[in-house]
Amino acid sequence: MTAKLQVSSLNAWFSTTQALKNINVEVAANRVLAIIGPSGCGKSTFVRCLNRMHELLPGARSEGRVLLDGEDVYSKALDPSTLRRRVGMVFQRANVFPTLSIRDNVLSGLKLNRVKKNYQEVLERTLRQTALWDEVKDRLSSDATQLSGGQQQRLCIARALAVEPEVLLMDEPASALDPIATAKIEELIDELKSRYTIVIVTHNMQQAIRISDFTAFFCMGELIEQGATKQLFTKPEKQQTEDYVTGKFG
Amino acid sequence: MLLPQTDRRHIGDRVFGIVLPVLGCALLAVALIIFFACAKLALPAIEKLGVLRLLTGSDWNPVEESFGALPFIYGTLVTSLVGIVLALPISVGLALFLTEMAPRQVRVVVAMLVQILAGIPSVVYGLWGLMVLVPLLRSTVEPALGRWLGFLPLFRGPPIGLGYLAAGIILAIMILPTIASVTVEVLRTMPQALREGALALGATPWEAIRLVVLPYARRGIFGAAILGLGRALGETMAVTMVIGNQPEIHASLFSPGYTLPSVIANEFAEATGAVHTGALAALALALFLVSLTLSGAARVLIRSRRLR
Ligand SMILES: Nc1ncnc2c1ncn2[C@@H]1O[C@H](COP(=O)(O)OP(=O)(O)OP(=O)(O)O)[C@@H](O)[C@H]1O
Ligand SMILES: [Mg+2]
Repeated sequence: MTAKLQVSSLNAWFSTTQALKNINVEVAANRVLAIIGPSGCGKSTFVRCLNRMHELLPGARSEGRVLLDGEDVYSKALDPSTLRRRVGMVFQRANVFPTLSIRDNVLSGLKLNRVKKNYQEVLERTLRQTALWDEVKDRLSSDATQLSGGQQQRLCIARALAVEPEVLLMDEPASALDPIATAKIEELIDELKSRYTIVIVTHNMQQAIRISDFTAFFCMGELIEQGATKQLFTKPEKQQTEDYVTGKFG
Repeated sequence: MLLPQTDRRHIGDRVFGIVLPVLGCALLAVALIIFFACAKLALPAIEKLGVLRLLTGSDWNPVEESFGALPFIYGTLVTSLVGIVLALPISVGLALFLTEMAPRQVRVVVAMLVQILAGIPSVVYGLWGLMVLVPLLRSTVEPALGRWLGFLPLFRGPPIGLGYLAAGIILAIMILPTIASVTVEVLRTMPQALREGALALGATPWEAIRLVVLPYARRGIFGAAILGLGRALGETMAVTMVIGNQPEIHASLFSPGYTLPSVIANEFAEATGAVHTGALAALALALFLVSLTLSGAARVLIRSRRLR
């Protein structure tokens, strides 16, 4: 099986503080990789390096190699916008576009990339996938900011899905959701697996166990352990991992 | 332990609650006093000519005591409009460049230049306009505009140099720092997360500007433009030096004209008789009215849903 994403010797800095230290990970196509670890360990930084969002922050830089289908993501020949079109992202904090309606938020990516599609079909499909359709179908033209926090979070997921990226990076997509919506998103991730490769950051161990094939445990910017999810949670190799997954630390 | 503190806060609130309304009323009172002082001064002219003739008449002849404000209202509006139309895109472009793409050093230097621009006295702008801009307009710009855009009445007629266009350009340069720096402040408040949201969908930097930055800043930019417009409407010295000071109305931007502040400044000292002085005071009221109408209209527009 070829790796969809292959990360080798990845280092990342915020001006002088190093946030990621020599990370090596692979994600196979159509698999879900869960990233777990204590707060501030570099999980967000890691996923943001995968679609070159990290380098946008002033003073931030990264080093190392990230291959997407064997192609260097950081190569000069590759335009970041083309990359991000293929590697979609859902942010840790919902960031709906406040001046756009619910409909335009979902379709913004398609319109941006001038993809000719049946917009209505995409709109309904992605909103149904994110369990938002019934809640918003009567007010698709109202401002997206009128939605609740959790609804905005799901709208952001729908927005990312609408452009149909190959890889989907999700930074704690369920952090603001109730159990029902969370279950729906987990169902969605399971369904999306057949077409996408997914990297998901989560603080919820049970969630990682439920939805992921592989898990990587980060601590203080280092990748402590990675492996098949079942393996990592039941028979971790490192003491540190065991302490974290059993709740003794972190 | 807790009680005294809340008490103190209450006192602060109460003092604030008294001081603020008083200050607000004082501001309003000053505006009203100025308004009524002008109105009282204008009375002789209003009695002789009537409000309608004063505001809508287009003849200005102190010798025959025939006064109409229209050429000046027209000149004020046209020059300010030309100024805004020229300054707005340039300032917004400049602000976007400064906040979105320029490297740090460039940003600092350009920001400094803009500050310097804002600090130049208007008489210096007027001098520059008279010595550099007007000759340039006469010899090169106006003939060229006439050749290419002469089918529009705006760009017809002999290239004189002194006139609406010269005044508009000077005004554009003068209000550019205001609009640009307010726009920069507006853009600075833009949450980085929104820009990232657009970029993460595959937007190029320019597309992110169109998709989220400009819509987010729209109201603020509009406010900046109104501020600039306010300054343009009242600008006196620089305009007086380059507009030609002819109380006439022309469709062509190449023609000389006159503005409300300019004629007041030029004629008030030498005004003979109560009617002439009164007519000038009436012009001041007209300027007051024009400014109020425009800022009122802006307020309505900014509240309207379309701009949100
Ligand atoms: N903009 C920034 N400037 C400077 N340092 C930052 C910045 N963002 C994050 N950091 C630092 O980088 C480290 C990693 O942060 P990151 O956001 O990746 O953590 P995280 O694992 O996602 O945490 P959480 O679970 O709380 O979201 C932290 O120590 C943080 O303080
Ligand atoms: Mg994070």
